[in-house]
Amino acid sequence: MDGPGFSFSRSALDVPDLARALADPACGALVGFEGRVRDHNEGRHVERLEYEGYEELGLKEGARIIAEALERFDIAHARCVHRLGLLALGDIAVWVGVSAHHRGEAFAACRYIIDEVKDRVPIWKKEHYADGDSGWINCEVRSEAPPP
Amino acid sequence: MARIRVEYFAVLRERAGRASEQVDTAAATTGELFRELEARHGFPRLPSLKVAVNAEFADWNRRLVDGDCVVFIPPVAGG
Repeated sequence: MDGPGFSFSRSALDVPDLARALADPACGALVGFEGRVRDHNEGRHVERLEYEGYEELGLKEGARIIAEALERFDIAHARCVHRLGLLALGDIAVWVGVSAHHRGEAFAACRYIIDEVKDRVPIWKKEHYADGDSGWINCEVRSEAPPP
Repeated sequence: MARIRVEYFAVLRERAGRASEQVDTAAATTGELFRELEARHGFPRLPSLKVAVNAEFADWNRRLVDGDCVVFIPPVAGG
């Protein structure tokens, strides 16, 4: 696979194209995760989202996460792309793809990458609500706790 | 005095009303610089604020050198 393991995109993600780049005749599993823009948070109706990134550090931290995944799990290839800019409901905000010989390691690595990206990469999300209000998640507005 | 470039993102960019600025400061560390700019711009209290110097994560005791680029990192929310 060529190119960086982690990147940002200001335009819509072409998932089939991203997945094709992970294809490998030795791999029986390709796991992909799509993070999509949801229409609600903390009981409020979300109309659109804005992502801002500190790209210089984000690219380095994202690449470190991909390298960690390749070291910790028995996988062949891994890739993550995160959108920046204005997104509409249903748009794909982040995509993670992992190919491996077997599915177990591919699922585990995919989970590891999305969890670490959400936790460590300097990306910020501003939600714009139906009532005209807006706020930065985790700074001005709480994030809805994920189910256990 | 050191001349430091400071870049702001997200909620801090909006509160500061700018994406970056040059600051001439007597602050010796990243922590002291933040307290100075927090008072100047009226930044909100943020849990788990981090800091980067020259595009690498740093700690709040990192000593500042003339020409450093400092970025304060509010709680992230990717994904």
